[in-house]
Order: sequence, then C-alpha cells, then structure tokens
Amino acid sequence: MSAVTTLAGLGTERGADLGHRAVLAADPLLRGDLDLGVVGIVVLKVVVAFALLLVSVMLMIWFERKLVADMHNRIGPAVAGPFGILQTLADGIKLFFKEDLIPDRSDRAVFKLAPYLSLVPAFLVFAIVPIGGDFSSGDGTVTWFGERTYLQVADPPVGVLFFLALSSIAVYGVMLAGWSSGSKYPLLGSVRASAQMISYEAALGLAIATVFLTSGSLSTHDIVATQVSGNWNVLATGVVPFLVFLVAGTAELNRPPFDLVEAEQELVGGFHTEYSSLRFALFFLAEFMNVITMSAIAVTLFLGGPSGPILTDTLGWAWPILWFSVKVFAFLFGFVWLRATLPRFRYDQLMDLGWKVLIPVSLGWFLLIAAMRVADDEGWPVAGVVVIGLAGMAGGAALLSGAIAKARAQRLEAIEAGEGVDV
Amino acid sequence: MGYFRGFAVTFRKMFERRVTTSYPQQKRDKPARLHGRHVLNRYEDGMEKCIGCELCAGVCPANCIYVRGADNPPDDPVSPGERYGFVYEINYLRCIHCDLCVEACPTEAITESKLFEFSFTSRSDAVYTKDELVVDAATGRPQHLPWEDWRPGEDEHTSAWMRATSPSGDATYTGRVSWSGELGHGVRAPEVGQAGGSSTDAGDDSGDEPGGDA
Repeated sequence: MSAVTTLAGLGTERGADLGHRAVLAADPLLRGDLDLGVVGIVVLKVVVAFALLLVSVMLMIWFERKLVADMHNRIGPAVAGPFGILQTLADGIKLFFKEDLIPDRSDRAVFKLAPYLSLVPAFLVFAIVPIGGDFSSGDGTVTWFGERTYLQVADPPVGVLFFLALSSIAVYGVMLAGWSSGSKYPLLGSVRASAQMISYEAALGLAIATVFLTSGSLSTHDIVATQVSGNWNVLATGVVPFLVFLVAGTAELNRPPFDLVEAEQELVGGFHTEYSSLRFALFFLAEFMNVITMSAIAVTLFLGGPSGPILTDTLGWAWPILWFSVKVFAFLFGFVWLRATLPRFRYDQLMDLGWKVLIPVSLGWFLLIAAMRVADDEGWPVAGVVVIGLAGMAGGAALLSGAIAKARAQRLEAIEAGEGVDV
Repeated sequence: MGYFRGFAVTFRKMFERRVTTSYPQQKRDKPARLHGRHVLNRYEDGMEKCIGCELCAGVCPANCIYVRGADNPPDDPVSPGERYGFVYEINYLRCIHCDLCVEACPTEAITESKLFEFSFTSRSDAVYTKDELVVDAATGRPQHLPWEDWRPGEDEHTSAWMRATSPSGDATYTGRVSWSGELGHGVRAPEVGQAGGSSTDAGDDSGDEPGGDA
C-alpha cells in the first residue's frame, strides 16, 4: 500500500490508526494505487447509481399509480407503453414542454434554486447505500475487473450523519420554494413543511442513534456487516427504533398520511403551487426519489441491506442485489399501501404524534440501550439496569402525560373563562 | 384492531374485478332508452316518412329544429303523401335530447338513435342537415359521419323508445304494434314490459332484433 497520490496516501496513513478507515479510503478499491482503472470503476459506479435511481423513480411513479389504482378498483395508466409503463416518461416530456412560469412577486434567485436543493440531496443520499456485495460469507465486496470494491458509490465513515445532514438540506428545498413563491398557499405549505420535517427529523435521528449505538459505527457498510453477524439486531433496533423510523420517515417524506405539506384540499399544491414545467418536474422527481432512498436507507439500517442467502455459485454477486431490491420493493409497496389506506392527519395530531409519542419513545429506547451497553462494560447486572431504567422511564412518561393533561385542562379553563381562543 | 382492518380492505381490493371500462377501446351497452342523435326514417320502400308538418319544430323547447315543407314533385315523390320535409335541420349545440319531437311526430319520421359520441370543430358542423339526418337509402341505417363514433351494432337501436311507449299513454295498448315498418328493419317488435336497469337487456334486445321484420 504505497501512497502514490495524496488521496490514497491520506487513506493509508489514517487507516493505520482507524483500522483502515479514512474519509474516502474505506473502500478497498481506494486503498491501493489510484490508477486509471480505479477511477474508471468509481466513475462507472456513479453513473450506474445515477441512472439506476432515475429509472427506478420512473418505475416507482408508474408502480404507485398502478397499485393505488388496483386498490381503488381502477385500471390506472394503461396507454403509454405496455401496461402504461412509459407513463412517467410521457409526463416528463409533457412537463418539459410546458411554459415555465416565475411569479412576479417571487424571489427569483431562490425560486430557481429551491428545486435543486430538493433534488440534489435525494441523489446524494443514495451514494451511501450498499446495494450489493456478499455480506453473509464475505466482507461485502465484489470483485469486478480484477478490483475488489464495495457496491456503493461511497462509504464515508460518517455515512449516517451524511444522510441526516442531506435530509435536513432537503427541508430547505421545500421551505425556500414556498417562501420565494410570493404567494399565500405555498408559504403556508412551506411553514407546515419545515415544522413537520424538523419535528420528525428529531425522532428519525434518535431512532438512527440506536442503530449506530448497537452497531458501533456510522458507516453504512459496517452497519450492514454488524447486522449480518447479529441477526439484524432485531431486539435492539428491529422493533421500537424500526417502527419509529418508519413513521418518522413517512412524515419526513411528506407521504400520506403525513402529506399536510401539499394537502390539495387545503393548500392547492402546497409549496410547489407556483411551480410549473421543469422546475415542478424536479420537485416531483425529488419527492419520489426520496421515497426510494428512504426505503433503501431503512433496508440498510434495519433489514440487513443486501444480505441474504446466496443460492447459486454462478452469478453469486447478483443475489445480494436481488435481496436488496426485494427488501426495498417491500417498503415501496408499504408506502403505496399507506397512501391508499390512511386518511390525512390533522396538523395538531401530527405534531402530537411527533413530539409527545415518537420522540419520547425513541429517546427512551435509546437511553435504555445505552444503559445496557454501559452495564455490560462495567459488569453491572443487566437485568437490574433494565428494570431500573424502565421504572425511571415509566415515571418520566407519567410526568409527561400528567403535564400534558394539566396544560390541556388549564387551556380549557381559560377558554371557558373567555380568555383564550386557542384549543 | 379496527385501525388495521382498513389495510385488509385495500389489500383485498387489489384482487377484485375492475369496475372501470377502458372507454374508448371498450364501450358498455347503452341504456335501452338513451336519447341520442336523431335520425329521419324511411318506409320499407325507401320513401321518407317526414311530411314536413313542422310539429317537431313547434314542440321543441330548445328551438333547435328548423323545418320547411314542400309539395312532393308528382313524377318523383319523396314521401308517400302530399308534402315532404324540404329542409330539415337540427342544431346540436341547442338540442337537449328531450325526445318531445319524437313524441310529436305523427309519422314516426324522427326518432333518436343512441349515439351521443359526436363532436365538432366548427359551429356549422353542429347543425345537422336533412342529408345527414336521413337514414341511408340502401340499408336504412343512420349515416356514419366522420365526427361520429359508431361501433358495429350501435346503429340498429334507432327507435326503441317510441315502441316502448303505448299510444296516448294508454296502458291497454302496451305491446300492441301501432307503427309502420322501417327501411332495413321492417315492423319492429314491441318492447315487452316496463323493464328498467339491467332487466331491460333481455326484453329490449329481443325487441331490437332486426330479424323481427314482417
């Protein structure tokens, strides 16, 4: 491992300290010399991931429309291509040729920037998702063109934080879109969006915190690897954090039943009311891309990523990709199923669920797992720690619900006394 | 766990039969008494039934019918009687398909087909002239104009509503034939009963058979 270029050199030097980890050199591909073949593979991975994501968004939109139609006893798109599979393409082409409107009262620069702030994070998040590689018997690498590499565009040691950071940036896309439109409904939509996404970001982050507390790493590749060796960490992360992640993730995506951001009955189109043509298409693309990347992240963090039995020797590298696709598909089906089944939340219900249920539950679980880890390290009896912890949390929950009930009673009293108007 | 029953409902729906018809490709059967685009009928010998009496124009609440009668040329009469419909125009931008013209007509000259799928790109196309309204001189079927969507078999049902109604609304005449034959169809059989909805299919289909001619 001679350091020829500074990049690879940085990787090897710091890798010695961090167990062969550095910002970019976690991937075995980048540990050695950086020659043309290596660069070629990196570029290939980027291009493939980009194209894969675009195509899967196209198929996802078609799949969603078709499945919702099935659940409504309708037929759904059926004209463009076999089974209407090219409907998304047709819609995209149509949007491309529509007039591109910019409202007079808009903040033009921000108005133009906002769609990209939505779209770019959606693309970038997918870069840290391992979509293949044999985790069951190997180390999660594949050997292509004589080079061993991970099947993910990048495996930064702060992978999960990268995901959280990008999903926070995506909030800006929505918020700035509504703010810069110079119109009432988009503004209301974006205010709802930022409040909702920030609230649920907290629960999402706490659910993920349990995951990397359990696996001991922020790198998505390592998280998958620890899940494979430990039965997907079902007990620690498979129940409470997983469910919290699912609910918070759905809210983060602004998908039904949490789609108050673009509640058509109330806000016209929500934050993208004033957008048309290609800029609207970008929002649309970002929205559905986020659905796919969120599913991929959920699979990576909770369901063992691409791991699964490899049933044949030939084309053995294809099995993990297949398992990954199957798992992601299950999530996509679930998202559409939710949309077909559940009515939209009221805004105060949404905030109640986020702040009074999801955040306390995920925080409590995180503290419990942390306490168990400490008890393990210090040699304390784990059962006792769990009992004490649960008792403490029950007390906390009682205090919280008591405080909520008291505050509510006071508000009602104030209303009866004619002092307030807010319920 | 009532909350989760909804998921079972939506899941079950995926495997149910679709209620949607892929409309332009497939069409549902139209109701037996649907009021559509008019036709001007002919007798079985090819003569026009219209006598140019203008009763239809008089009764029309939308004022969409314009008729002028004229004396039949003695050497080449258009209709069996003294007069015939010289000009006959219906403006489909005004017609409300109330069927009052059909009821007013003394010779069953004007009836309504079930065609409603026609559209125009100009106002003049919306005014149907007599040449367009009168049934084909060879087959007795309505003419198929370029902007109309006819499917095979749809042009047979051109006078079902009239035959379903007994003369003067007298129930004792129900089922009694009191109408003349039509070119290509002969004397149509009377409709059986006052069936509505899905049960019309059995009674009406047999009544509309072109084979029922005398």
